[in-house]
Amino acid sequence: MRALPSRKWVTVLVALAIVIPLFHPVMPDLVSNYRLFLVSTMIIAAIAVLGLNLLTGFNGQISLGHSAFYAVGAYTAAILMDKLDCPYYLTLPAAAVLSFIVGYLFGLPALRLEGHYLALATFALALAVPQILKYKWLEDLTGGVQGIVLTKPEVPFGLPLTDDQWLYYYCLIVMLILYWAAANLLNSRSGRAMMAIRDYKIAADTMGIDTARYKTVTFGISAAYTGIAGALSASAVAFVAPDSFGFFLSIKFLIGLVVGGVGSLTGSVIGGIFYVLVDNSAQALSTFVKNDLGLQFDLSAYTVFGILLIVLMYLMPMGIAGGLFAAVRRLRRS
Amino acid sequence: MAALLEVKGLKAFYGPTQSLYDVNFEIPTGGITTLLGANGAGKTTTLRAICNMVRTDGTVRFDGHDIRGKATEEIVRLRIAHVPEGRGTFTSLTVDENLRIAAYTRKDKAAVKAELERVFTYFPRLKERIQQQAGTLSGGEQQMLAIARALMLKPRLMLLDEPSFGLAPLIVLEIFRILRRINEEEKVSILLVEQNAALALDLASHAYVLETGRVVMSGPSEDVKNDENIRKSYLGY
Amino acid sequence: MEQLLEQLASGLANGAIYACVALALVMIYVSTDHLNFAQGEMAMFSTYISWQLMQWGLNFWVAFVGAVVISFVMGVVIERVILRPLHNAPVLSVVVVFIGLLAICNSMAGAIWSYLIKEYPSPFPKSAFGLAGVIGPHQLGVVLVTLIVLGLLFAFFRFTPLGLAMRAAAQNPQMARLVGVRVDWMLALGWGLAAAVGAVAGIMVAHIVYLDPNMMGGILLYAFAAALIGGIGNPGGAVAGGFIVGVLENMVAYTGNQIEKLTGVYIIGNGEKLTVALIIVIFVLTLKPAGLFGRVVVKRV
Repeated sequence: MRALPSRKWVTVLVALAIVIPLFHPVMPDLVSNYRLFLVSTMIIAAIAVLGLNLLTGFNGQISLGHSAFYAVGAYTAAILMDKLDCPYYLTLPAAAVLSFIVGYLFGLPALRLEGHYLALATFALALAVPQILKYKWLEDLTGGVQGIVLTKPEVPFGLPLTDDQWLYYYCLIVMLILYWAAANLLNSRSGRAMMAIRDYKIAADTMGIDTARYKTVTFGISAAYTGIAGALSASAVAFVAPDSFGFFLSIKFLIGLVVGGVGSLTGSVIGGIFYVLVDNSAQALSTFVKNDLGLQFDLSAYTVFGILLIVLMYLMPMGIAGGLFAAVRRLRRS
Repeated sequence: MAALLEVKGLKAFYGPTQSLYDVNFEIPTGGITTLLGANGAGKTTTLRAICNMVRTDGTVRFDGHDIRGKATEEIVRLRIAHVPEGRGTFTSLTVDENLRIAAYTRKDKAAVKAELERVFTYFPRLKERIQQQAGTLSGGEQQMLAIARALMLKPRLMLLDEPSFGLAPLIVLEIFRILRRINEEEKVSILLVEQNAALALDLASHAYVLETGRVVMSGPSEDVKNDENIRKSYLGY
Repeated sequence: MEQLLEQLASGLANGAIYACVALALVMIYVSTDHLNFAQGEMAMFSTYISWQLMQWGLNFWVAFVGAVVISFVMGVVIERVILRPLHNAPVLSVVVVFIGLLAICNSMAGAIWSYLIKEYPSPFPKSAFGLAGVIGPHQLGVVLVTLIVLGLLFAFFRFTPLGLAMRAAAQNPQMARLVGVRVDWMLALGWGLAAAVGAVAGIMVAHIVYLDPNMMGGILLYAFAAALIGGIGNPGGAVAGGFIVGVLENMVAYTGNQIEKLTGVYIIGNGEKLTVALIIVIFVLTLKPAGLFGRVVVKRV
């Protein structure tokens, strides 16, 4: 599966992504601060889903526990910024390293697990994380149930940008770098080994691939990506609290993976954008139903997510990206 | 007399691989027919195709009704019993449970009890071991159990896949003797797939020889037995 | 000493709940080779149904039976409509569908009945039911109901033709077809029964943990731990595992409490239950995948 869409499209999209937010001072309602913040969260979601896709889509190891790695990244960033006055951009490499380690360590026992059992182990991890974060002995560090309050990144070098504009560019730069790195990884020999493990499992060993090493390292890298997303979100939202890092976050990542496309890098980006969009719309819809329609129905995005997860497995197992590629191929042929 | 089972132009596929290309034969009511051929000729596949356990094409008619494409369990309920290779006994169920499960589809409970007794007259050894776990029986006893279980379905046609496989010659003779009795006394038509051609030709009245998914020869057992060319080319003796 | 006995009793009551959910998980695993991640949320949804029936005026036990029957039907429908087409699908697809089910059950419960925590009544009268103040009436009731349900299930599978057909279908589906068993319907029935057993567990536990859409998350995790300990393919093992895990969970909390009382140092308590469950799950999965009573399945390459 090709990792990058054609060069032309990429340049156009990236150019648009860089230029449009600059119009904020001229069109403050269209390119609003709130919208910039929202798109930043979409970029962060894209990175998180990219991480999950590296492990599940490209290496075949099912993970329901990526909310745990997101939490590791977020709390690493939060603690560094809160307790050690670490500048926000330095929290990223720290979060990456720590998440990598946690991911790698989890990848070791995961070597023995597959399919349902791996799903179960990661499910358990995701369920336990909020409790671990609230553990009495870690409370001084993690702030317990109350969490930690942070400040948003300051605009550097006195650039004439709003906080949200800077946040957007900060996230965008990180995402472009990470995407480029992932694309290179997947097009290299290591990438092919990763995918061989996904496709041929038992045969991969006989092909001379050190399956164990690739699987654990991929776990680490995947966790690092999602951890970086977590660290970014700590800065963006300027707050971390244990209950936002539970299993339901993993469900969102799963939506991004499945909707965008398993085993597709562009799909990961689409998927991340998608789940943030649905999440936001669902909240708006829920408020509308309760306040304007007066119905006592606490609508939640998760009903939509749940239905989508099921329906997509029948209709579009390749996700939106897969569907688009197939459509393009068909058009080219005719 | 119309044939009990009619197979015309049967093709069978394991996924994308084709295994049977053009199989044609007929089983008369009341007879014993045998399907012979080398390993890989498609004998087992033919039995599976009749029960729709593999993807098929062509015509399969049982008692005049089209059964190709019906669900396996529905074909069985039409009173075709298939004793697969490897016996297929439910190893962690008891002998009694293995027999009772075949009666599951039957509505006449009292008749079932009488049926059970009847089956034990053919296989007294099973009655001795009635509460034993099927997996602990010897190979021969498991084969007997598989046939007894097929009998409990009150079949009109019994398909047997290599019943002699892995069994001592004396046991095989005993089982074949019982098969003949079943055919004569219970009026069960039999389609027998066998590697052991000599034994099969002694039991059956008619034979078909398969080679790579096609019927290459058919005829009364006597003729097939006495034709040296056939024996040497297809049957290996 | 008395507190120890109380914790033991409480552990047995919790264990009864875990045993039920673990049994439901094993029933589905044995017939379909899938782990039903949505089992907990389905049970929670069933409990809400029983609550609603009581709101509409039905008495506890009538609502109980009603909810169990409705859950049975829901389980059959879910298997036939949603899971049937996935018989040969890759594992990831199946896991995703289960998570989808989980999300739907959880969010629909919250949507219909709100996320406010509700009280749930106990049908067991306070008066003559308790045992010397050590085991409360509800806990005793829970264990009794569980044992009755488990007994009924055991009798069903062991002594009825339908139960026999279901066992055969789970053990060797191909051969079961060859004796005329409609295997597809057996699977649907298995799901129905699992959903019904889950409903029993949910209704029994609601009085203890209070009714809220997120009440079954931890219980499901412990049930998985129990099923793994008992050997994932072993129904009897699942039940034993449930009681073991229930007692273990309470003993850990009790030990933590005692240590805190003696030394003033808090090491472990009720807030760490999920972490303990995680450790058990990882432990069993990696070190003793066949559990205490199960057999290791060797995969054919």
